[in-house]
Amino acid sequence: MTQLLQDKDRIFTNLYGRHDWRLEGAKQRGHWNATKEILEQGRDWIIDEMKKSGLRGRGGAGFPTGLKWSFMPKEVGARPHYLVVNADESEPGTCKDREIMRNDPQTLIEGCLIASFAMQAHACYIYIRGEYQFELGRMEAAIKEAYDAKLIGKDNIHGWDFDLYIHHGAGAYICGEETALLESLEGKKGQPRLKPPFPANAGLYGAPTTVNNVESIAVAPTILRRGADWFAGFGREGNAGTKVFSISGHVNAPCNVEEVMSIPLKTLIETHCGGVRGGWDNLKAVIPGGSSVPLLPKEICDDVLMDFDALKEHRSGLGTAAVIVMDKSTDLVKAIARISYFYKHESCGQCTPCREGTGWMWRVLDRMSRGEAETSEIDDLLDVAGQVEGHTICALGDAAAWPVQGLIRHFRGEIEDRINNYRAGKPVFVPQAAE
Amino acid sequence: MSARRIAAEQPESFAFNEKSEAKVKFWLAKYPEERKASAVIPLLWIAQKQDNWVSEPAMREIAARCGMPYIRVYEVATFYTMFNLEQTGKHLIQVCGTTPCWLRGADDLKAVCEKKIGKKGREHVSSDGMLAWEEVECLGACANAPMVQISNTEGDLYYEDLTAEALEQMLDDLRAGKEVKAGPISGRSCSEPTQATVKTLVDESLYDGSRAKKIKLPNTKGAEKAEAPKAEPAKPQEKAAETKAKPKAKAKSTAPKDVAADAGAGKKPALLKKPKGEADDLKKLSGLGPKLEASLNEIGVYHYGQIASWSAEESAWVDAALKLRGRIERDNWIDQAKDLAGKAEG
Repeated sequence: MTQLLQDKDRIFTNLYGRHDWRLEGAKQRGHWNATKEILEQGRDWIIDEMKKSGLRGRGGAGFPTGLKWSFMPKEVGARPHYLVVNADESEPGTCKDREIMRNDPQTLIEGCLIASFAMQAHACYIYIRGEYQFELGRMEAAIKEAYDAKLIGKDNIHGWDFDLYIHHGAGAYICGEETALLESLEGKKGQPRLKPPFPANAGLYGAPTTVNNVESIAVAPTILRRGADWFAGFGREGNAGTKVFSISGHVNAPCNVEEVMSIPLKTLIETHCGGVRGGWDNLKAVIPGGSSVPLLPKEICDDVLMDFDALKEHRSGLGTAAVIVMDKSTDLVKAIARISYFYKHESCGQCTPCREGTGWMWRVLDRMSRGEAETSEIDDLLDVAGQVEGHTICALGDAAAWPVQGLIRHFRGEIEDRINNYRAGKPVFVPQAAE
Repeated sequence: MSARRIAAEQPESFAFNEKSEAKVKFWLAKYPEERKASAVIPLLWIAQKQDNWVSEPAMREIAARCGMPYIRVYEVATFYTMFNLEQTGKHLIQVCGTTPCWLRGADDLKAVCEKKIGKKGREHVSSDGMLAWEEVECLGACANAPMVQISNTEGDLYYEDLTAEALEQMLDDLRAGKEVKAGPISGRSCSEPTQATVKTLVDESLYDGSRAKKIKLPNTKGAEKAEAPKAEPAKPQEKAAETKAKPKAKAKSTAPKDVAADAGAGKKPALLKKPKGEADDLKKLSGLGPKLEASLNEIGVYHYGQIASWSAEESAWVDAALKLRGRIERDNWIDQAKDLAGKAEG
C-alpha cells in the first residue's frame, strides 16, 4: 500500500481555512519560525538546499526551482533584481493557489522574502488573476500585517530590505505565461515575448527577473526549516515532495488535497474524493494535469502514478496536478471541444498558427461532436494540431494541440462511431448509464 | 481571441470620485515613478468599480494618470475580457462554462440564466436593469464546480457547488435586493474533502503552538551533520511503481545493502527477505520518516516486532549500517516499537 501523506508532514496546514489565516495564527502553525536564521545561512545555502530538495516548479512545466533561482546574475548590476510570483491561476481544473492565498497567505509572503533574498531582489510582485478579487483582498491584508510586524519592508527584523506588492490581471489566461505576465505587469497587452533573452537576464522592466508559481514559493520556507532531505523523502526520484492536487469532475466529492508525489491516481481519487461517481469501473478517462495535457483512458488510470515522469511515459503530463475525472456518461468529444473553445478564446492572437489553428480545431471538433464530419477529417485535425504544436512563441499553441491529440490517440473510435451514426441517421451520442 | 469594441454611445466626461482617488493613489505607489504604466489594469478596474463599466473618457483620464498614450490604454481595455466596455446589469452573472464546470452541470446553470434573465451577453440587460449574464472561461474554482461569479460595484464574489435550483433562488433574491451569501452553498467552507477515507488536517500538534517553538535548522554548516547517507535508497515501490520506476532509481537502491555489509559495528540483527504478510507502517514511530522506512525495508526490517527485539548491539549495528548517528536511541525506537507491536497484536 502506498504511504499517504500524514498531517505532520503537510506544508499547507490551513488549506481548508479551518484555522486563523492571520499572522498570529500562521505563526502558531510554525510560519515565520527561524526565518532570520534561514537568511543568515546565506543565499548559496538556500539555493543549494532548494536544489537538493528536488523541488520542481509547481506551475506546470516542472522546472527545478533551485536551479531557476541560480540563473539570476550573481552580482546586482545597474538594474535591480525582481521576483515575480505567478498567481494567475487559470489552467482549467486548477484551483490550488487560490486556497493557499486565501487560507495560508503568510507562508507565501515568507517564501517571497526568502526567495527574494536568495536572488538579491528587494522588490517582489505577486500577479493575481483579476477574478480572484477576494484572494487579492486577503493577500493585501496579510501583507499589511507582515509590514506592521516588521517582517518585511524597510529595516525589517530580518535585515533584508524587501517590498512586496500585489498586482492583478483582468481575465486573460495567457498572462499565466511568464513573459506575457511580465508584459501585463508593465501595463501592456498580455502577449508573450520571444525567448531569449530569458527573464533572468531581461525580465520585468528589462531587469533580471525570476517568475515562480505560488506553490513553488510557498513551500520553500518549510523545506528550508525541515531540510531538503525531508522533502526529497517523498515521491520517486526526480519527482520529490508533496503537492497540492485539485480533483474535479465526476468524483463523488471533488477537493483540493496535499499529498505525496507519485501517489497512484486511483489511490488519490478513492482516498480523498470518495471515488469515481458510480465506482471505479464507471471511469472513462482522466485529464491528469490541467486541461493542457492529453487525457488518459481508464486502462492507464488503473495503475498510473501521479508524477512528472510516470505521466510523461504515457505521453501526458503532471502539469499543475489538476485531475479532471470523466465517467462513462461523459461526451468526451464535447468535453475536449469545450477545451478547444477555451484555447480559441484565450489565444492572444500574436502567432498565426495559434490564432487561426485554435479556432479551426474548435470548429472541426464541434462539428465532430455532432457527427457532422468526414472520417478523413480526423487525420486532418491531427495534422493541423501537429502544425500548431511547437510553432508558436509560447506554449499555448502546444497546450491547445495536446488535448486534441490525446483524444484522437485514445478515443478515435468514438469519433468515428459518431460520424457513422450521424450518417445512418442514428442518435450520435448515447451516454452510457452508470451500472 | 475575442474581438472587443467600445460602446457606440459614450458619456461626455469621466472623473474619479473621492473613494476611487484614494485607490488610484494606493495603486500608483506600487510601481517605480517612471513605470506608472504598470498601473493601467488596476486603474481601469477602479474606474469599472466606480461606474460598473469603462467608458472612453475614463480611458483617456487613465492614460493621463499613467503617462501613456491613449491608444495603449485602449489596447489594454479591449484585450482583457473583464472590462465591461458597455453598460451592463447591476449584477453581472458570470457562469463558468469550461470543461470542469461543464462536467458538473454548468449547462443547467446557463439554462437558468437564459430563463430568468434572457439572452447571453453583458449587453443584454434584463428589463429592470438588475441582471445580465455571460459565459466565462475557467474561474479557477474547479473543485467547487459548478459555480458563478457575480460582479457589481461592491465586489466580485464566487458562488460555488451550485445547483440549478439554488441559482434560480439567488437570481430572485438579487432582483429583490436581498443579500445573497457567497461561497459554497453545500456547507463546505472551501474545497475540503467531504467523503475521504482518511481525515486530513486534524492533527492537533499542528495547531497547538508546538510548531512555533524555537527550532534548529537542519543541514546547516554549524549543526551536526544529520544528513542521510549520500546514496539514498528509492522509496519502497509498490508493484505498479516498481515496473515503471526508472532504471536509474533501481540501481541506486542497492547502495544501502553495500553499506550494511561493511558496517562492522555491533551485531547484525535478524533480517527478513520480505515482510511476513503486510509490512508494518514504521513511520508511526516518531522520528522515523518515509526515507528511513525505505532504508529499513531495504536492509530487511519490516515489522515493529523486529525493532522491538533489538539488543543494544543489534541497534548499534543498524545505526551504523544506516548512518543514523544515534537516532534509534535518541528517539527511543525500541520502546516505541514495543508499544506499537503490542497494539498491533492486541
